Amino acid sequence: MATTTSGIQEAENLSEVVNGLRNLFEDPDFQAVAEIKKLSGKPVVGHFPVYSPTELIYAAGIHPIGVVGAGNQIEIAHADSRFQSFVCSVIKSTLELGFTDRLQNFEGMLFHSICDPARNLASVFKRNFPDQWIEYIHFPQNMLTEGSLDYLESEYRRILMRLEELSGKKVPNEDVNEAIGKYNRARRLMRDLYQFRREHPDILTTKELYTLVRAGHILSIDDHIELLEKAKILVNKKTPHSRDHIKVILVGSFCEQPPLDLIFSMEEAGMDVLDDDFLLGRRWFTEDVPENGDGIRNLAESYRDRSVMAAVKHDSRRQKGEELVERVRKFEADAVIVSVAKFCEPGLFDYALYRKALIEAGIPHLFVEFEEKMWLFDKIQTEIETFVESLLLD
Amino acid sequence: MANSVKESQEPKSYYQGGLHLLQKELMTEYFDQMTRAAEGAGPPAVYLLISGNPVELIRAFDLLPVFPEINALQIAVKHQSLPFIQKAEEVGYSTDNCAYVKADVGLWYQGGQAPMAKVPKPDLLLTNYVGCNVYLHWWEHLRDLSHAPIFDIDIPFIRTADGEPREEDITYVVRQLEELIPVFENISGKKFDPDKLAQVMEYSKETGELWAQIKRMTVNRPSPFDAYFDAVTMMGPLYTLRGTIEGRDFFREVLKMVEETRRQGQGPLPEEKFRLVVEGPPPWPNLRIFRDMFARWGAVFVASSYSTVGGLWEFGFSHDPSDPLRSVAMHMLKWNLTNRNFLQRYQQLKSYVDEWGADGLVIHSVKSCRLFSAGQGDMREYFARQVGVPTLLVESDLEDPRYFSKAQMRTRIDAFMESLEHHKLVGSGR
Repeated sequence: MATTTSGIQEAENLSEVVNGLRNLFEDPDFQAVAEIKKLSGKPVVGHFPVYSPTELIYAAGIHPIGVVGAGNQIEIAHADSRFQSFVCSVIKSTLELGFTDRLQNFEGMLFHSICDPARNLASVFKRNFPDQWIEYIHFPQNMLTEGSLDYLESEYRRILMRLEELSGKKVPNEDVNEAIGKYNRARRLMRDLYQFRREHPDILTTKELYTLVRAGHILSIDDHIELLEKAKILVNKKTPHSRDHIKVILVGSFCEQPPLDLIFSMEEAGMDVLDDDFLLGRRWFTEDVPENGDGIRNLAESYRDRSVMAAVKHDSRRQKGEELVERVRKFEADAVIVSVAKFCEPGLFDYALYRKALIEAGIPHLFVEFEEKMWLFDKIQTEIETFVESLLLD
Repeated sequence: MANSVKESQEPKSYYQGGLHLLQKELMTEYFDQMTRAAEGAGPPAVYLLISGNPVELIRAFDLLPVFPEINALQIAVKHQSLPFIQKAEEVGYSTDNCAYVKADVGLWYQGGQAPMAKVPKPDLLLTNYVGCNVYLHWWEHLRDLSHAPIFDIDIPFIRTADGEPREEDITYVVRQLEELIPVFENISGKKFDPDKLAQVMEYSKETGELWAQIKRMTVNRPSPFDAYFDAVTMMGPLYTLRGTIEGRDFFREVLKMVEETRRQGQGPLPEEKFRLVVEGPPPWPNLRIFRDMFARWGAVFVASSYSTVGGLWEFGFSHDPSDPLRSVAMHMLKWNLTNRNFLQRYQQLKSYVDEWGADGLVIHSVKSCRLFSAGQGDMREYFARQVGVPTLLVESDLEDPRYFSKAQMRTRIDAFMESLEHHKLVGSGR
């Protein structure tokens, strides 16, 4: 295991592990990346949210790093003259990382067709950092045609070829399948931990689960698997304590992320989170990607047919509002928290769908807007406290 | 200088009679068709979007194309958008969501009764996803409200170094169009007729070629029409009536009018003092006010990116009746502004500045449409610093009147025009 995570194996309890990890992703200078790079000798490609095919980056001999802006760790001094005030923060802080030379250890950046600002950001990166490897994936949005599978397969092959150019490594199908196997394993572990939290939200807190998941944005897949396995052991050693919380499902935070302390404050305000979509939990898929056969085809098929839903994917076979209501019923949640990043148009649009479906189904919900760059959380905390009280006393 | 121009003596823009009257007649008839369809006396309605629209396929089945963007902008031009927007905000839409969508959702809750027509409910929601991600949300919401069948045409974005669609992209889009045909057969109750489609494509081909000629006329000095404010008038028939004989005849007529204006050495203003290029959609709720802010300086827009949202005929595209599906696919993939990447837009604007001989660039940044606006600060940086063209960025909205600050807008435009005037005087302009 790399030095960035050394000490985890010796850790006796989960909080020790979690406290040691937050600096991995809260450090805008990416010191851990420099360290990982030095040790592995691999080039680094940053991937912007959502649904990035990290398996392909890994298979190409490149270290994938999830780049989700800079949280509340830097001041935006340059990027706000390029993107207007009504554009979400993660777009600007990611560009600011580039302008302030904090992405120097990154050979490239990968963007996806998740929203209009993210797409234009790929172009702005290309113009301002002409020496960087910049790529953009167009994900299909017609899920009914077999053509979308052929298309996405060709798109993944194109990206893989570009990755091969970057690393100089030719990637055989076995390597793609090996990567899928590893990422499946990590996703299984994360699904297990999500399941564990659903059953014991007092033992495995959302702040802890989030940290464990988010660490995977920086760590190598092998280190992340080791971390998650260790966490699985440690959660069983924790003792339960009952608390007067309501049980909620949290949706809307798949791209820009709230600060970790805000997640903590929200939880402390009285909610047990049974499910969330922070970073989509890095789960991407609801079940394993097949590990035999044509790896790239299997990845394409998994995107189409096995995705964890997010506001940036449109599948006319499914109804987002109805699915959320079903999930509330299945998990026996008391309420839904729709937590959307300010100016995140996909998240805000989905809120209108969710609101309609939840009201029709008689399920209470609370809408909160956050920004990654927030420092003060009292307002959201008070909103949640009031909401929780109104439900508990109902 | 700004203060010395007395408002009463300012040259006002005028909408060139013939063109606008003819357009009004055609659009009134189109809106009446919508009303008749809404009342059950018309063909089934197919909702689709403006960007790279495949209206030819709809016309080939005698279906009625309905463009919610056109409905929304009509409501805004008639200064009636705010109550519709507020209705949508009441039911959960954010102030930060695209106001076209909100006006349309508000319209739905008002039973489709718009000032210019009653809008029929959709018999099919055709999502031509050409660049704009909000389109996908919009149609998803319309499906949720109307329960109408939906068909998503997914158009891969231009993303490779050569700026071309990949062969796989073309195959994928053609396949989706082939799969769309039985859907249209089902909705229209008509068997697909290849000869009919070829005829529609012929009309479209000629219409596109006429439009390209008209657009190219603005390289003349003076420009015979305003490539922003007058071009948007022509865009209505370009989308709603492309592929019909009426649509083609309109553009034949317009070309004649524009040619005549050019022959007489006239333009939209008494004197063309400045030639500008404009990027971004217009502020529909304040269109006339915005136009006059430039007119008073003798500034004419000689090219606009917005007028190429529906298609880039002026750069060489023409529908091909001998290979209709591939041709429609290429229109959606390559030959429109919105499916091209942001840097390709920089190049398009640069070619306008260079070839159309412009004195400056105006970027109208609208909050609603992030496809257009997100990153326009970088665009300004490119033009002002790298290309060296005087560039103005102003902000408002395409639908929501709350984002238009008249005094501030005018101050910024005046300051920009004064500096352009200074450039001209001292000869430091382009």
